[in-house]
Amino acid sequence: MNRFGYTRAGDVAEAVHAAAGDDAAQFIAGGTNLVDLMKERIAAPSRLIDITRLPLRAVKSLPDGGLEIGALVSNSDVAYHPEVASRYPLLSQAILAGASPQLRNMASTGGNLLQRTRCYYFYDAALPCNKRAPGSGCPARDGVNRIHAILGASEHCIAVHPSDMCVALAALAATVHVTGPAGARAIEFAEFHRLPGDAPERDTTLQPGELVTAVALPREGFAAHSTYLKVRDRHSYAFALVSVAVGLRMVDGTIAEARLALGGVAHKPWRDPTAEALLRGQRPDDALFAAVGEHLVRDARGCGHNDFKIALVRRAVVRALQQAVAGGPRA
Amino acid sequence: MTTGKTGAPHDRVDGRAKVTGQARYAGEFTAPDLVHGFVVTSAIARGKIVRIDAAEALALPGVLQVYTHENAPRLAWRDRSWRDMVAPGGSPLRPLHDAEVQFSGQPIALVVAESFELAREAAGLVKVDYEAAPHETRLAEVEAEAHEPARGKKGYTPPPKPRGRADEALAAAPVRVEATYEHPPLHHNPMEPHATTVIVEADGSLTIHDKTQGVTNSRDYVCKVFGLASDQVRVVTPFVGGGFGSGLRPQYQLFLAVLAARELRRSVRVVLSRQQMFTIGYRPWTRQRVALGAERDGRLRALIHEAVGNTSRFEDYCENVVPWSGVLYECPNTRLEYGVAALDLYTPIDARAPGAVTGLWALESAIDELADALDIDPLALRLKNYAEEDQDHRRPFSSKALRDCYREGAARFGWHRRSLAARSMREGALQIGWAMATGIWEAQQAPSQAKALLTADCRLHVASASGEIGPGTYTIMSQIAAEQLGLPLAAVRFELGDTALPPAMIQGGSATASSVGSAVLAVCRALQHSLLKLAQTMPDSPFGGRALEDVEFVDRSLRLCSGVAPAVPIAAIMRHAGLGSIAEQTTAIPDLARQSRYTSNAHSAVFVEVAVDEALGTVTVRRVVSAVAGGRILNPKTARSQILGGVVWGIGMALEEHSMLDHGLGRFVNHNLGEYHVPVHADVPAIDVVFVEERDDVVNPLGVKGLGEIGIVGVAAAIANAVFHATGRRIRELPITLDKLL
Ligand SMILES: Cc1cc2nc3c(=O)[nH]c(=O)nc-3n(C[C@H](O)[C@H](O)[C@H](O)COP(=O)(O)OP(=O)(O)OC[C@H]3O[C@@H](n4cnc5c(N)ncnc54)[C@H](O)[C@@H]3O)c2cc1C
Ligand code: SF4
Repeated sequence: MNRFGYTRAGDVAEAVHAAAGDDAAQFIAGGTNLVDLMKERIAAPSRLIDITRLPLRAVKSLPDGGLEIGALVSNSDVAYHPEVASRYPLLSQAILAGASPQLRNMASTGGNLLQRTRCYYFYDAALPCNKRAPGSGCPARDGVNRIHAILGASEHCIAVHPSDMCVALAALAATVHVTGPAGARAIEFAEFHRLPGDAPERDTTLQPGELVTAVALPREGFAAHSTYLKVRDRHSYAFALVSVAVGLRMVDGTIAEARLALGGVAHKPWRDPTAEALLRGQRPDDALFAAVGEHLVRDARGCGHNDFKIALVRRAVVRALQQAVAGGPRA
Repeated sequence: MTTGKTGAPHDRVDGRAKVTGQARYAGEFTAPDLVHGFVVTSAIARGKIVRIDAAEALALPGVLQVYTHENAPRLAWRDRSWRDMVAPGGSPLRPLHDAEVQFSGQPIALVVAESFELAREAAGLVKVDYEAAPHETRLAEVEAEAHEPARGKKGYTPPPKPRGRADEALAAAPVRVEATYEHPPLHHNPMEPHATTVIVEADGSLTIHDKTQGVTNSRDYVCKVFGLASDQVRVVTPFVGGGFGSGLRPQYQLFLAVLAARELRRSVRVVLSRQQMFTIGYRPWTRQRVALGAERDGRLRALIHEAVGNTSRFEDYCENVVPWSGVLYECPNTRLEYGVAALDLYTPIDARAPGAVTGLWALESAIDELADALDIDPLALRLKNYAEEDQDHRRPFSSKALRDCYREGAARFGWHRRSLAARSMREGALQIGWAMATGIWEAQQAPSQAKALLTADCRLHVASASGEIGPGTYTIMSQIAAEQLGLPLAAVRFELGDTALPPAMIQGGSATASSVGSAVLAVCRALQHSLLKLAQTMPDSPFGGRALEDVEFVDRSLRLCSGVAPAVPIAAIMRHAGLGSIAEQTTAIPDLARQSRYTSNAHSAVFVEVAVDEALGTVTVRRVVSAVAGGRILNPKTARSQILGGVVWGIGMALEEHSMLDHGLGRFVNHNLGEYHVPVHADVPAIDVVFVEERDDVVNPLGVKGLGEIGIVGVAAAIANAVFHATGRRIRELPITLDKLL
């Protein structure tokens, strides 16, 4: 069987200490992603540091009016938390659009951030893949790439980040709190995930041994005008081909502030402030929404099977903006 | 206490065992000396293994052996020995035979270790160097080289000879449609992975629990390949967690498990991973051209249907794709052709309604296209061309209640409210489509045996080496037996899935109810006969001089149908005869002389409503009505479940399922259930199943036609037709994923 050490950490310091000095050790939370990866020999950690006993299960109001979600709060508990459901419905919707009830009960907030791509080749240990085995090549580029990136990809990797929750967090401009050997720091959500560049093996900007402790949401939740639109190959239990998270603040029928992030299109949740700027101060209008969609894909490039995602983004953005203006997704 | 009856909606007699985990599947049997095998499969599609290094795997403590072509024993020599009962023509795969790689995912080594986890870990440490050769996995590239399949596959009938002059009639027809339809390879993905547990008994004989639809097929295969006598091998498979055809032929885990067990003289279990479930057979990739020519009033003048399906380079898998087109509609000029083209993939295998699913997807799409071209209601067009006899074989149908399916289905669906033109039905931002298609499947009977033991306490044990892949075989066989002898269902125990029992046909083709059911009926009739004879010897017997037709078995008793004399309990009859039990064994042989004078098919009419969100391309199936003519229905509850399962799979075929090939690698890449999409609950709407009355005393003594296949046939076409009706867009390449509608 896969050989690995196992440490159960009692608090954050213990967990960070256990990880320090062993780059091949990995934290394990819900295990819904990591255990699969270990079974398929994609991940082979030297040691699992079980963090499920850490006191990171609280959802707390912050003095600035924001909300802090502990890294171990389950996806279900976040989605159904009354504060989240009422003040950040966008986040609830995004989480509930993902996986299945059983998985969401197990999956943690921190683990969701760090889940790995669903690229077919990444999951097949018999094949090359730069993300899994750096330097071995990227068969997806000329292969089956229906689910792959149209934005921000590199010649080394065209994988997408599969999370729904993270798309909402990107739109909400969350902050990720981490603690590592060098102490605690906060990372803006836009800086947390990275583009593949020439190091697709790295999904995030976390430093070795750093533990995610919490995700903080700013005060503004765009509760009155937000939506998460997920377009996928079946009606449930499938990853997004394209998803759109939108949050609008409307004042007298005008868009005072806009947030928009895309999922399923890039190696990270794709938030483009220049697209948001196009909406600011404008009255909602389909032509404007179409222009925003067009703007978002101005640099998009397909690899063949995923070319359709470019058109799909344009249409999904229009639909999502219409829904957000109307108040949310249709029943 | 009431007598168990056919026609009643009994719950499954094995339902409790299944939901409580009591039902044991092939990979769940165990033995004290059990060890575990994990298969190593090839990474390339074609070429040679130049080096295979198992040193690192063998070095792990607990790893017992790694079998490769270098150390596997040499076994049977002739292809004949490797050919199982339902193998197509060609040279079957011989795992670990030599260094040659013939498809990606080919088994090339088996690691055996003390635990499953260890074997899996060690399998990852086996290093293989290949010398790759060019491969081809694109159907379009080999389509032109399609050939007639080599002979040998049971149940395959080459297309009938052309009737009339189809090409000329097509050219002359006032209205013509012509198009090419395609669907990709599709894997069955039963819930239970393929698995084999081989238990080495004290005397050296083997008890094998194999995931199979035919225990006899597995037993004979093992005996032939390993040169064993049939009394040295017993195959026992009481439950199968879904077969759908994937368990018709012995799969490679059976061979590997037996090989290791014989070499190690230990019990061995080999279970395939979900990923490896994509290295066994699949519904073949098929391209079809259908051309229809019609008069302006809709009468068909010409029908051409040509199909090419893929096979492997070493076997000619083939199926009946086109013959249905000659039978379903009346048309004077038909030309039906079928060929297979070899790719560097493993051999396909029958998948639920093999051939019919494929052929009807094209034919029923084409009929819908014709209806559109003619501006005629698609149901009216079908009725106009309704075939009253089998024109290809010039013989009547033993029964055909398809018209009732059309009528009943249309009524329940509300078909009369449909507006004819495409894009004419809307609901807010959604385009609504209503459409339908026809389904057909052949009704067959094959020889089968059954034995029965009736004990004086009125308990009945009936047995036959049939399978139970999930349709409800245990239940309906128990019902048939209970009804014949007037017993409550609980007094009957039906046993199956064991080569120690009387042989039965392999479970497939929707023929189990017909074949094994007839055997159960026959063996129970034999018991009835014995009981009547014994009853006649009782003092003052009311049965003197009476025949079986004059008596009936009700409430554990024998009585005259006329009811003029009191009933005599079965227990009393046996007591009088001084018998503790009565045993019978019978073979039911189809009445071929009679059956061959008729064509016997099950039929269906499928009506579908879809909603299409045109901006995003997403399709939602909102309603399905499936009206089925399947002869007599033994158990409406299990029968309905069969149709529901078929319809759900049809939804998957139409909208989601796709075994994606990377042609550069020659490999299926979406080989897991996260990325190979099958319908989830949210994709499945209310499904209304209706069985129309159909009497048929030709098909078999029970009058049943079998329901395993018919539920899926036509569903893909009905959905594609509904998408057309909703959007005006005709998608001829499955699955209809949203990108095709953007
Ligand atoms: C069949 C299936 C379908 C799915 N569908 C969807 C979907 O539609 N949408 C979607 O968004 N997701 C989907 N998911 C993914 C699911 O959301 C993730 O698996 C889950 O969120 C991971 O959380 P976890 O706690 O189980 O992580 P684990 O598996 O425990 O860990 C995942 C990774 O995160 C690291 N990690 C965990 N916690 C921390 C921490 N606090 N600090 C630092 N590192 C940490 C681990 O080391 C590991 O590398 C699906 C998963 C499956 C199996
Ligand atoms: S896209 Fe990225 S993850 Fe997929 S094969 Fe290429 S390198 Fe690997």
